[in-house]
Amino acid sequence: MNLLRKITAKPWEHAGEMEGLHGEYIAAHSAGRTGLFMFLAVISSMFLLFMISYYTRSRFPDWEILADPGILWLNTGVLVLASVALQMASNAARRKAMVSMRNSLFAGALLTLLFIAGQLVAWNQLVEAGFYAWGNPAIAFFYLFTGLHALHLVGGMWFLGRLGFSMRQENKRERIRHSVTLCATYWHYLLLVWLVLFALLLKT
Amino acid sequence: MAYVALADRDHEQHLHDPQTFVTKYIWSQDHKVIAIQYSLTAIAVGLVALGLSLIMRLQLGFPDTFSFISPDEYYQAITMHGMIMVIYLLTALLLGGFGNYLIPLMCGARDMVFPFMNMVSYWVYLLSVIVLCASFFISGGPTGAGWTLYPPQVILPGTPGNNGGIVLMLLSLVLFIVAFTMGGLNYVTTVLQARCRGMTLMRMPLSVWGIFVATILGLLAFPALLVTGIMLLLDSVLGTSFFMPALLSMGEVSEHSGGSPILFQHLFWFFGHPEVYIVALPAFGVISDLVAVHARKNIFGYRMMVWAILAIGIISFIVWAHHMYVSGMNPYFGFFFATTTLIIAIPTALKVYNWVLTLWRGDIHLTVPMLFVIGFIFTFINGGITGLFLGNVAVDMPLSDTYFVIGHFHMVMGVSPILVIFGAIYHWYPKITGRMLNDRLGRIHFWLTLFGTYAIYLPMHYLGILGLPRRYYAMGDTSFIPDSAQAMNAGISIAAFFVAAVQLIFLFNLFWSRTRGKPSGGNPWKATTLEWQTPQTPPVHGNWGPDLPVVYRWAYDFSVPGASQDYIPQTMAPEDVPTDPGSSYDGGEGEHS
Repeated sequence: MNLLRKITAKPWEHAGEMEGLHGEYIAAHSAGRTGLFMFLAVISSMFLLFMISYYTRSRFPDWEILADPGILWLNTGVLVLASVALQMASNAARRKAMVSMRNSLFAGALLTLLFIAGQLVAWNQLVEAGFYAWGNPAIAFFYLFTGLHALHLVGGMWFLGRLGFSMRQENKRERIRHSVTLCATYWHYLLLVWLVLFALLLKT
Repeated sequence: MAYVALADRDHEQHLHDPQTFVTKYIWSQDHKVIAIQYSLTAIAVGLVALGLSLIMRLQLGFPDTFSFISPDEYYQAITMHGMIMVIYLLTALLLGGFGNYLIPLMCGARDMVFPFMNMVSYWVYLLSVIVLCASFFISGGPTGAGWTLYPPQVILPGTPGNNGGIVLMLLSLVLFIVAFTMGGLNYVTTVLQARCRGMTLMRMPLSVWGIFVATILGLLAFPALLVTGIMLLLDSVLGTSFFMPALLSMGEVSEHSGGSPILFQHLFWFFGHPEVYIVALPAFGVISDLVAVHARKNIFGYRMMVWAILAIGIISFIVWAHHMYVSGMNPYFGFFFATTTLIIAIPTALKVYNWVLTLWRGDIHLTVPMLFVIGFIFTFINGGITGLFLGNVAVDMPLSDTYFVIGHFHMVMGVSPILVIFGAIYHWYPKITGRMLNDRLGRIHFWLTLFGTYAIYLPMHYLGILGLPRRYYAMGDTSFIPDSAQAMNAGISIAAFFVAAVQLIFLFNLFWSRTRGKPSGGNPWKATTLEWQTPQTPPVHGNWGPDLPVVYRWAYDFSVPGASQDYIPQTMAPEDVPTDPGSSYDGGEGEHS
């Protein structure tokens, strides 16, 4: 409704300073947060279109249901733990508890690496069983989904790594704490994406 | 909280303060330098695409005359021409070029909110252009599948560039989308977060609105091209069958099975149609600002213009399948997409009416930018009306894949935005360089370009109605096509060469005026928007000197009754507005509409 009020304003009716209007807005939303949410919208659009393609393609007669590797359940658990660790880091950042934040971030990074390694194991199991990408569209989609999802986590890890390197700089602490909360949001989002993708892969 | 503009915070400014020639002009994080880098690269690659169109016109106008144009080369030329013009020229120039230059200046920011990412955006864009152009130099050459890259044809033997060319094209598109996403996140976030004090959403100039909404469209629509590109790349390189069906190719059973080419088309056009508005919306915004400044009149129906931009943005996502009537679809689907296509014409037409009504009884200055504005309005109406024909299933069927379609989309999506780009360059060149472009050369450029392009594209509608199919290398002995059609094609080719030659006048003007043009001063057009109120022209790094501007009014206070000058800058406080003796005008503090 606030947006509706804004875009129905009649700007020609009144000239003069609009005290405070914009300052409050900036205080409420950081640029990083807005940028992140826009980026999540972009990723959502991409995965949504992939899922629609998956659904459409799965209705063709050559589609074979894939028996998903059991390790995916374990990997999912690891990713949940990574997300929890990132949330703990975010909570610590809000409390300004730097040591606790650093430890939680480290745990989150390790768990994420473990998840990616687990996904590679799943790939390896499929390859060893003779399931190649060109064999069946269901398998091709499996490699595509898991690969792209892992790629987004790698991007997050790169950002996390940069945070880790800059953590010793006193003058950047406020910024780092803010970035940690954004990282947590990103991880939760990628967990959500994975849960949806996993459910889709299990059902078909 | 005390007001601190985002780009004014210490760490932001410290981060991208240029120290050396390299950081100032090459690895620059200044939005203005990045805008110029984007623009020059886009124009350069656009000239390549122009050259390719001349190869096409040589063949079409004078078949069997030039032995160096083989069918393969012809198809490669049409493919690369289309893709370069739509993506690497128009999208990059309107958003990467104008978006980068105008958003921070018009919003009163010092820079984009993520300057480093903005810089990387340009370099990845340049890389995408290099990868694309590299396909000219590989064995087999670039892809020749047509700019829509439809499978299965695109990767089958017999199609030029079916190995390396298509791979480079798809890689280049993926890179472009990465670059666009980095730039787009910047444009949207800067508009939302870095506007100066007083710059409410509804005080923003329509150029910013157009670029803002077009960027959101791009951020949501380009993923469709990314998805399509990745899956087609895998079909091509790994032999998967996302889009590739089982088929016999050159007498052999292909390795693919079961893929859906129609799925590709849906995904491609889910990107492809919003892409039309990704190009059109910034153009609409720019035209709105140009028409107000050069007619010395406030834009007619500002709110309606904003709402129309938003409405077009939303509806543009539900019209895509009107590009696929001949591909076959449920008749109810056809009805739905024809209806939405006609509905999107309503906000679009509203904008056209408002431009015309802004001109109505305005103090029209027939400057070069204004000439391009008027040229645009005529051309856009032409292209728009033929779009209504093609939006209807029953009319589209016989006209599909004929020259009528080429005439339509070149009018609406080729000539129209190009006229806007020219108008915008003539308008903002003084701010970018501090000098005016030569007026006489500008007028010659306008009239010859306008009449030249009409000589190219108007006859194409007639050829289309005759049934002349597009994308054919040669017509051969097609019985229903009269000889006069070939004569017309030859005439079109001559006009195309003429128009291409005329652009040399523009290029000459661009470079000559850089050093020899008349000094422009800070605000030669007496415009109201913030970019014209910078302390220096061209604006220096940081744009505004020690203090950010404060906005007191909307962007269109032209010819306000009672004010003694015919424009009031956005930065002028009500109490500072000079008024006519005896006037009761209070500078806008009360209502004056």
